[in-house]
Amino acid sequence: MNYDILLRMEGIGKEFPGVAALSNVDFCLRKGEIHALMGENGAGKSTLIKVLTGVHKEDAGTIKLRGREIHPRSPLEAQQLGISTVYQEVNLCPNLSVAENIYIGRQPRKRGMIDWNAMHRLSEELLARLDLHIDVKQQLSLYSVAVQQMVAIARAVDISSGILILDEPTSSLDMNEVKQLFSVMRKLKDEGMGILFVTHFLDQVYEISDRITVLRNGLLVGEYETKQLPRTQLVSHMIGREWNPGEMALEKSGRGEQTGIFLEAKGLGKKGSIETFDLKIHEGEVVGLAGLLGSGRTEVARLLFGIDKSDSGVMELYGERLAAIYPQKAIRSGMGFCPEDRKAEGIVGELTIRENITLALQAKQGLFPYIPVSKQKEIAEKYIDLLKIKTPSTEQRIDNLSGGNQQKVILARWLATGPKLLILDEPTRGIDVGSKAEIRKLIFELAATGISILIISAELEELVNCCDRVIVLRDRVQIGEVSGMEMNEGRIMQMIAEGGERHEAAGMA
Amino acid sequence: MKQPAWLERGTPTPKVVWPLLALLILYLFNLIVMPGFFRVELIDGHLYGNLVDVLNRGTPLMIIALGMTLVIAKEGIDISVGSVLAISGSMAIYMLEGHRLWVAILAALGVGLLCGLWNGMLVAVLRIQPMVATLILLTVGRGIAQLITNGQILTTTRDSYEFIGKGFLFGIPFAVYIAAIVFLLIYLLKTKTAFGLFLESTGANRKSSEFAGVKPRVIFMTAYAICGLLAALAGIIYSSNLSSADANNAGLWYELDAILAVVIGGTSMRGGRFYLGGTVIGAIFIQSLTTTIYSLGVPPESILLVKAVVVILVCLIQSDVFRQKLTSRKRKVTAS
Amino acid sequence: MIKSGLRISSNNIIVLATLLLLILLYGSGSFMYTGFFSLQVFLNLFIDNAYLIIVATGMAFVIITGGIDLSVASVVAMISMISASLLQQGMNAYLVMVLSLLVGIVFGAGQGYLISKFQLHPWIVTLAGMFLGRGIAYLIGTESIVITNATYTAISSYKLRLFGGSFISISVVIALLFVLAALLVGKYTSFGRAVYALGGSERSAVLMGLPVSGTTIGVYALSGFCSALGGIVFTFYMLSGNSLHLMGMEMDAIAACVIGGILLTGGFGYLLGPMLGVLCTGIIQTMIIFQGTLSSWWTKIAVGFLLFLFMALQRLIVMRKESGGAPMKIARNIAKNDVKM
Repeated sequence: MNYDILLRMEGIGKEFPGVAALSNVDFCLRKGEIHALMGENGAGKSTLIKVLTGVHKEDAGTIKLRGREIHPRSPLEAQQLGISTVYQEVNLCPNLSVAENIYIGRQPRKRGMIDWNAMHRLSEELLARLDLHIDVKQQLSLYSVAVQQMVAIARAVDISSGILILDEPTSSLDMNEVKQLFSVMRKLKDEGMGILFVTHFLDQVYEISDRITVLRNGLLVGEYETKQLPRTQLVSHMIGREWNPGEMALEKSGRGEQTGIFLEAKGLGKKGSIETFDLKIHEGEVVGLAGLLGSGRTEVARLLFGIDKSDSGVMELYGERLAAIYPQKAIRSGMGFCPEDRKAEGIVGELTIRENITLALQAKQGLFPYIPVSKQKEIAEKYIDLLKIKTPSTEQRIDNLSGGNQQKVILARWLATGPKLLILDEPTRGIDVGSKAEIRKLIFELAATGISILIISAELEELVNCCDRVIVLRDRVQIGEVSGMEMNEGRIMQMIAEGGERHEAAGMA
Repeated sequence: MKQPAWLERGTPTPKVVWPLLALLILYLFNLIVMPGFFRVELIDGHLYGNLVDVLNRGTPLMIIALGMTLVIAKEGIDISVGSVLAISGSMAIYMLEGHRLWVAILAALGVGLLCGLWNGMLVAVLRIQPMVATLILLTVGRGIAQLITNGQILTTTRDSYEFIGKGFLFGIPFAVYIAAIVFLLIYLLKTKTAFGLFLESTGANRKSSEFAGVKPRVIFMTAYAICGLLAALAGIIYSSNLSSADANNAGLWYELDAILAVVIGGTSMRGGRFYLGGTVIGAIFIQSLTTTIYSLGVPPESILLVKAVVVILVCLIQSDVFRQKLTSRKRKVTAS
Repeated sequence: MIKSGLRISSNNIIVLATLLLLILLYGSGSFMYTGFFSLQVFLNLFIDNAYLIIVATGMAFVIITGGIDLSVASVVAMISMISASLLQQGMNAYLVMVLSLLVGIVFGAGQGYLISKFQLHPWIVTLAGMFLGRGIAYLIGTESIVITNATYTAISSYKLRLFGGSFISISVVIALLFVLAALLVGKYTSFGRAVYALGGSERSAVLMGLPVSGTTIGVYALSGFCSALGGIVFTFYMLSGNSLHLMGMEMDAIAACVIGGILLTGGFGYLLGPMLGVLCTGIIQTMIIFQGTLSSWWTKIAVGFLLFLFMALQRLIVMRKESGGAPMKIARNIAKNDVKM
């Protein structure tokens, strides 16, 4: 086991205003290994990669490339040092040919002019090294995402001198495409390349990686050899809770006395984002969606609310089939959606709290009748009191509020419409502990008034505490459901880690 | 550090201060250089003078700029307003021949509305960039106006029509009343219907608004339709003031003036909050600037130049990157 | 580029449509009007539109990066005024040409600088540039200035004889050489390829380490240069400077690009396209002249209509691309449903 060390990052720290994104993180990449970097959202994976590729400047620590200290200041500089990156979205130009995408910026020349023939020949050779035999003269966009990803890797490999960073390259590939990618990765590994691999799919990590480094909340949890780290342990490292199989959930108070079904999805799905799933939500029931990042939990919400269009299955409200669903219709049928990305999809930053609260109610009513400002203020004040939103007045711009208060405003926006179902995507992400508890309490109170709630959360504790039932997703597949006594963090973690097989087997038995 | 930013942002009123300040400085300059600028006389019960002139000549611009404000609030733009003005003026005067006054006016307004809907369709339904979409009508519009006038400059002697642009009511030009009514109507549309809220929210964050159930397309169409309608109204006043319709030159460069008025008035080119009062003051400022340049005896040809420079400057001031560079430079200066 | 364009794909379908339109228009013109089908009428298309071919080709570069240049018409007018007034003062004709080109480059590069450094919308900057250009032209003079310079008149009246008594002007030669040069630059230089890359995805271009800001400034400088060259050629054609020359020509240039298959969203287009687009609009103009009774304003309206049609066509193609082979997906679903039934 005498590996040459290609890259060593020691004591890396990075601070953004108000948050320590990374503190004292070590990372080490050896020659001829595939090293997985794991962690939930906000763990600091992408910050670490951005420090390495020169997008961010590190505040503390050293980066050594083959023993020599480096300070990359831009992606270009990092590339010149031989560190090249392939990102989640293919960062190539879809309008150019395959060959050109590999060689743009460094085209072979003859008499000052670009030598297209040489370029085509060279790219064919390069792609052949990756076992990819395609027409390099064709436009990149004509090929599948997998091939595009492979072309990006080819470019990166050609530029790089031994280090390749793959940042979630598999998130939009299907099974076969992933296999193809993995065979290429193994080949490169055999050629002695060090590959840093980021992914959310546990199976993939265990299939391909030699080593795993886990980050959590900007801190290093540890570096492990893949073979010696059981899955459940990896999950608990990532989530940060000890998994104790003996632990049992406390029994819930009498909520969820099954009333009528509000919403039912049958075989709803969208290729490439979420496999078909079935979902039933009763009136006044709190249902949770559990799963790691990228497991398809947000995609379910987007399908239900009609932001993304499903390509299979049907949706029923009160047993009546909906022909098509789009946000306006979803709202009119009594749904509300608090998106995960509050800033880009939730709040309208330039407007006041009052306007943000009344927006959905007004949109539900249409242009007329207009809710007079005095009435708007009344509504806003009512919810400011009810949800304890901390603000001097209703006329405050919403982007001056803290994250927790912004979240409450979005909740207020939907409550004002008198909803029957609220879909909350990560309602407590990035919110301080006090507000978190308040929002959880609110969820209980709302459910008691008969509003159904669908919560998506990475925090299993939150789901177990709030929900009547939790549906577990894994790698874009619905793998099972837990409720009652069975519903505890340990059980859910086990399902996420080990997949649906065991659960199904248990169900059959 | 948070407190001042909080104060600065929390109160929306200061936006109107800037155009007012600009106007004040211009008037102060005039007061010093040519005190006669402010003389207002009462002749035959009508007010005359440079200030009244500014108001009177400024009305078409003011009306167009109000429409433009709505379009810009939605992160769009309409550069065809000058051509729509020419079409509507030509239409009105053409229809006056042998038709009643109200028929002519309705025809002119109808044509403007159609133009607005056309632009709206291109932008909202076909999703063509607003600039290019309205460029079609900018050039084709003058062709259409030419077809209506048959290449000639149409004139009219109908007193009732001329009254719209030239007449006086209680000593004040009649057109000023029209502008005031338009302002009031748009103001009511903003404050008494949900249109203002929807327009501002879609302009500021289209995605959030869509998720909250607002229909951006409908809002876009409406904004363009109103803009076309108001351009047509401006065309009626403009042609009535001159008693003629010139398809080639009526409302030439008005699009620039209108955009300038809106931007000076504090509405950002990136959409979101819009300020009707600011736009009106911006329009008055531009008209005053034009009148000042004329009365100073500076060659009027330079007006276009001055305005082009002002547009760039205002856009630079609104650009984040520019502000960052300025502040970082300032910091460097204070540091050293 | 041309070699691989034999297959019909969403990339070249517009150029093919343009060619078809060209043939149809020319054919119907020849059918309807006697004297239309002659070599000289065809060559006149080039003679009358040499300046537009140059300007539109320059515009095409800008549009391929995903930008737009609205200042082209005013720059042409400005150059015509600058050259006319300088010639009037007796400056050497060739010096005037060089100066004109320099003015154009500086004007364009200035716009590019504002766009790339301060992240301003290209259209607002070039809109201001449009007014600035006219403003400068107005400032030089509002009256038309006739050019009497010997070199200019000689170039203007020189007829390059072709077979059968037909002829072309020097401007046509300049325009054709320019288009050829543009094709080479677009295909065989790293600047040309960076232009396409920028239009494909600016983010990717940055991450691939391309000189994005340099290319942006360069492309507007190139467009400024083209406008200046177009201005010189136009001055040969008109032999006068006038600040009101070519009002609204920017739409003709944009229309030529759009009709010639340059996608307004950037990234796609054959640089030969704008010339085909110009020929299309030129034929329409010729037909209207041959028709005799129609007002010349019908040309503008017809061009505007064509522009609209081709924009709608582009939109359809882009929508198909965005949905990423949606038809296939739908077909698959239909098949699935059939099985279920």
